[in-house]
Amino acid sequence: MAGIWVYAEQAGGQPNASALELLTKARDLGGEVAAVVLGPGAKEAAPALGEHGAATVYAGDDPVFDDHLAQPRVEVLHRLVDEHRPNLILFASSYDSRDVAGRLQARTASTLMSNASDVLAPDRAQTQIFGGTKVVDVELAGPDPKLVLIRPKAFAAEPSGGTADVVDVPTDMPDEAKRARVVERHEEEASGPKLEDASVIISGGRGLQDPKNFELLQELAKALGKAAVGATRAVVDAGWVPYSMQIGQTGITVKPEVYIAVGISGATQHLVGMKESKRIIALNKDPDAPIFRIADLGVVGDALKVLPAVTEKLRSS
Amino acid sequence: MNVVVLAKYVPNPTGTPQLGEDHLLVREGVEGSLDPGDEPAIEAALETVEQAGGEVTVVSMGPAPAMEAVRKALSIGVHKGALITDDALRGSDTLATAQVLASAIQLQEFDLVFAAVESTDGYTGTLPQTLAEFLGVPALTFARKVELKDGAIRIERQIETGYEVVEAPLPALVTVTAGATTPRYPTLKGIMQAKQKPVDQPSLQDLGLTAENVAATQSVTKVVDAPERQAGEVIEDDGSAADRIVQFLKEAKVV
Ligand SMILES: Cc1cc2nc3c(=O)[nH]c(=O)nc-3n(C[C@H](O)[C@H](O)[C@H](O)COP(=O)(O)OP(=O)(O)OC[C@H]3O[C@@H](n4cnc5c(N)ncnc54)[C@H](O)[C@@H]3O)c2cc1C
Ligand SMILES: Nc1ncnc2c1ncn2[C@@H]1O[C@H](COP(=O)(O)O)[C@@H](O)[C@H]1O
Repeated sequence: MAGIWVYAEQAGGQPNASALELLTKARDLGGEVAAVVLGPGAKEAAPALGEHGAATVYAGDDPVFDDHLAQPRVEVLHRLVDEHRPNLILFASSYDSRDVAGRLQARTASTLMSNASDVLAPDRAQTQIFGGTKVVDVELAGPDPKLVLIRPKAFAAEPSGGTADVVDVPTDMPDEAKRARVVERHEEEASGPKLEDASVIISGGRGLQDPKNFELLQELAKALGKAAVGATRAVVDAGWVPYSMQIGQTGITVKPEVYIAVGISGATQHLVGMKESKRIIALNKDPDAPIFRIADLGVVGDALKVLPAVTEKLRSS
Repeated sequence: MNVVVLAKYVPNPTGTPQLGEDHLLVREGVEGSLDPGDEPAIEAALETVEQAGGEVTVVSMGPAPAMEAVRKALSIGVHKGALITDDALRGSDTLATAQVLASAIQLQEFDLVFAAVESTDGYTGTLPQTLAEFLGVPALTFARKVELKDGAIRIERQIETGYEVVEAPLPALVTVTAGATTPRYPTLKGIMQAKQKPVDQPSLQDLGLTAENVAATQSVTKVVDAPERQAGEVIEDDGSAADRIVQFLKEAKVV
């Protein structure tokens, strides 16, 4: 039976949504499913991973896994791979997992596929290219384990009700693995619902013209309730808003009930992160903006005029 | 200080990409350029040697026209280049690319390697990490700020919930996000000087690699069109757009 592993991310004992999504898929592929989870809180996260299909969870709680970026994780993951020889390892497409999978590839000399949207078999996966307009099947050859990084929200997480054997991992580390050191951590405080959970998302792009106009989005979000504010990479790179708000290929993927794109041109890299939204409203002053091609309701107009008017009407209704 | 910066030649970064009959991205016969995503990394490399002294070498693997990407980097101020071109590398994946780049970088001593976080055409986003492992150095990734301090490298690393400050001694590899630096433009003088700057073109053999080492491990078996979303109603704002939006939100049952 194929050994299918999930490299599971967690924070403070809570598995990330991606870990549960990947386990649900791993289970469907019908192999022997295991998860590897590392960093303080890992053991606490293990039962939930078992509930979503991991028969074995290799867990390491040691702070060494959080303090030196990917290298200690790769060290341990590589040792486990050498010992148990899985055929396929699924990773989330997050920054941290990209670091781990990339380094692991150099050690296992196996193939790595990024941005997968589905896994068809332990050696076959699917991806979408050109802004999600084409679906491509890819066959993976070469030595095991195949390494596949999956886009967020590609699958819906469903518990299977299992329990996992939790196995300790080694924590002894060569000094070379500890050369990079995380010396400070700055978390931005989020207010209101998270982007992943919001039923309405109002996203802003360069068309807002000034960082302070993002407040217009916040105002509308408040008037709506259950709404969150997102952004394009252009305004994140410009330093208007933090990266945690970035939606798209290199940000998060969202599927809200309604997505409102304000002053966003609709670059393919943005679209892949939001085009699965149930309904899309686009507000742009350029009638030829590509965003209108996927919008259910397109408004050609000045965002700085229309937005406050919507907020006003919602408040007074 | 010897600083290396990676540069990728990408076909047509702003136009519509095309797939060939072999399901590979068409890279020849289309207008190409230096990946604009590499420019912030080039800037970071130049700023580093301006501060600490030394030279920047641009390293690229790609088809013959990739020389244009190398020349562009040289015209921006990079001191010398290396370009690895070989028919055996057509369609090669990230493992082979990382192996080739690692071997080319190791032809000389290096202190720092800069790369972008992902390429505009391939966006695998893992190549620099694989390369770092081959080079045996830490990878400080997703930097939104880069600083050289007391002979160590220090970055602000973007994370989902904010940022973290990460330090490492040299040698190290750093991946740079688009907002980390403000790239300078090539000057006329720079463009003229670029023509005189040395570009090494080692063969696979010079790098101690064979065609087998770099054989592709992924093959596309099928390409189909994804289901398309249809455009809906488009209205011009004549003062009533806000009403229409509110009505739409009500129909969607979110107010
Ligand atoms: C490898 C790679 C990865 C990327 N990943 C991402 C990603 O994850 N997410 C992402 O978003 N992008 C990503 N990008 C960037 C992407 O290609 C675009 O550059 C970006 O999405 C553009 O952002 P924008 O729509 O805010 O800006 P622009 O493209 O500049 O669009 C601004 C829009 O605002 C409109 N406008 C101007 N004034 C007004 C007004 N007063 N009222 C209404 N409309 C107005 C304009 O008509 C225009 O359409 C990536 C790019 C690359 C190469
Ligand atoms: N063929 C190449 N030559 C030089 N640098 C490359 C090459 N491929 C990728 N890179 C570098 O690695 C980064 C990530 O690439 P990718 O993994 O393809 O997304 C790119 O932005 C470049 O900086």
